Amino acid sequence: GGHEVPERYPITSIDFGRVETPFIISVWILFASIAKIGFHMAPKINKVLPESSLLIVVGVIIGLILYMSTQFHVSPLTPNTFFLYLLPPIILDAGYFMPNRLFFDNIGTILLMAVIGTIFNVTTIGGSLYLCGKMGVFNGIETPFLDIFLFASLISAVDPVAVLAVFEEIHVNEILYIVVFGESLLNDAVTVVLYHIFETYHVMEFNDVQVQVQDIVNGVLSFICVAFGGCIIGVVWGFLTGLVTRFTDHVRVIEPIFVFIMAYLAYLNAEIFHWSGILAITFCGITMKNYVEANISHKSHTTIKYALKMLSSSSETIIFMFLGVATVNNNHEWNTWFIILTIVFCSVFRIIGVIILVAMANRFRIHKLSKVDQFVMSYGGLRGAVAFALVLLIDPATVKLQPLFVTTTICVIYFTVFLQGITIKPLVRILNVKRAEKRKPTMNERIHERFIDHMMAGLEDIVGKTGNYNVRDKFKRFDNRFVRPYLIRDLQGAEPKILETYSKLAMKDAMEYMRRNPSTV
Amino acid sequence: MGNKSSLLLREEEIAQIQEETGFTPKQIERLYSRFTSLDRSDCGTLSREDFLRIPELAINPLCDRIVHSFIADSNDDRVNFRQFMQVLARFRTIKKGKENKLNSREEKLRFAFKMYDLDDDETISRDELLNILHMMVGANISQDQLNSIAERTIVEADQSGSGKITFEDFCKALERTDVEQKMSIRFLN
Repeated sequence: GGHEVPERYPITSIDFGRVETPFIISVWILFASIAKIGFHMAPKINKVLPESSLLIVVGVIIGLILYMSTQFHVSPLTPNTFFLYLLPPIILDAGYFMPNRLFFDNIGTILLMAVIGTIFNVTTIGGSLYLCGKMGVFNGIETPFLDIFLFASLISAVDPVAVLAVFEEIHVNEILYIVVFGESLLNDAVTVVLYHIFETYHVMEFNDVQVQVQDIVNGVLSFICVAFGGCIIGVVWGFLTGLVTRFTDHVRVIEPIFVFIMAYLAYLNAEIFHWSGILAITFCGITMKNYVEANISHKSHTTIKYALKMLSSSSETIIFMFLGVATVNNNHEWNTWFIILTIVFCSVFRIIGVIILVAMANRFRIHKLSKVDQFVMSYGGLRGAVAFALVLLIDPATVKLQPLFVTTTICVIYFTVFLQGITIKPLVRILNVKRAEKRKPTMNERIHERFIDHMMAGLEDIVGKTGNYNVRDKFKRFDNRFVRPYLIRDLQGAEPKILETYSKLAMKDAMEYMRRNPSTV
Repeated sequence: MGNKSSLLLREEEIAQIQEETGFTPKQIERLYSRFTSLDRSDCGTLSREDFLRIPELAINPLCDRIVHSFIADSNDDRVNFRQFMQVLARFRTIKKGKENKLNSREEKLRFAFKMYDLDDDETISRDELLNILHMMVGANISQDQLNSIAERTIVEADQSGSGKITFEDFCKALERTDVEQKMSIRFLN
């Protein structure tokens, strides 16, 4: 190497360059965590502002300090850091702790909202913005069709990070929660496809290649690939994780790593093909959970739980702080009407979409979604960091409006995180939305509810109708016969949940007994 | 086939069933066509064997109990269409405003309770509970474990200290469960 020959042996030297990257990353994480402690020590602010908006404020302050103190200003929130490092932990946490039953009971409504709802939003928001552009509302700036629809495709999707951040704090009832949250997870496939479709059409048009009918058909077909491909990759990796943990009974300490690494590989594996990584990691978590939980030790389970919570909550913290930091830069292009109209269209079409789709869903639902539910659903349509990362991915060289899109996306995110985030708590209280009551099931609930499931499946068979119970019954039978015997080490009957509830309650009793009678230990 | 079966069902019969159960005429006709397709011997009633011929039902762990709850009230072990409809009426969705007697929360719970309570003494004994647990959980599990689960379940629910679960205990234990939704089928029109 080109080392200088030292004249004397130095007592000490400074070499920041060597540790720069990990050092800066660590400082960011430290800052975010300290900010988080700070909010919880200030109870008054905490009640009014949701945590996500406080983090953005801290981010903006840090951004301003950096902006004034250094001449180079590079935002730390790049699409790559976001999609490869910050997003996966949050989605894995959501998928792994997903209430599976609730999710699949409401899957029809969730899919309707995620697929049809997102397409509806893209077409209506894109169409309206395009028309407004044609009428010259935006001070005569040129608004090409594909550019506007590219923007519409990224701004239309409800964001899982923002939804989780806001809804975790307000504890609405479980059905409302799963519908909004499920939508935000599953709409990723639609977002990814529409984004890539408009991006590719744009590139083709830019290079004077004619977009043909074939390309549109291909777009529809690619949706099927992205959605199902993502799900299948996730399910396969989920089964593999179950299979691996079957053999870990002698190496308990590495059990948690399999869950994290294999889920992450599922995400990356899907991203290789540009399939939906979010769907892959969600379904990986959903699939592996039942098998992994049966195989691993109690302590490994606790480790997985807390490590996942820690990873996802710090990712979330960093994302919101980075969003704040990224706001402070030189490249803003402000266009009042474009920004206001985007926010208005996002909100209005969200409400219209929810009303139409819920009316459709309610025809098939036993538990109807009420007017208040519909309001919370439309209000819960928060936009967040996924949109921001996608807008940064647009190439400013080909899409002239990119800086305007970035500014607008930031405004929409601020609008949803601040205005909707702050008001949703009091609104939920005023409208008297049913709140969630989280408690572990009692022995009686576990047994009788299982009993009712079997009974209802039988009745559906008699009536000759394929319903939820029927389908679940078939799946359980399949699982018990063909999957569980291969993935689980010590198989315990056909009703592992009943046993699980029993052992949990027995353990609780034992702890209680020890607490009361410390002398016997 | 749907046409033929609806012809066999007289207007006044439909009206009567509608009155008793709250089903719409369309739903009644649809269920009647299902009923006749289950009735292999074409005698207007269903026997135990007719139920057991439904392949999915036959492998349901609670199959015997479900079939029993249909034919328990008849004296010749056969169920006619009216009785069939009265059982199913319990699983209609509850609509706000127009409350029907048969599909109230209490009726739904009572139906489930009766499926446990084989000897009709208005309580679920330890043996009755064990019986059900055995059907649901199946092999691969020790009798001791099932015993302690049943023991714990009874102790948890039993408020009166009788060592058995009464209907009141049963309702109390399922207080937090959304029975209205869980025990409803959306019958097609």
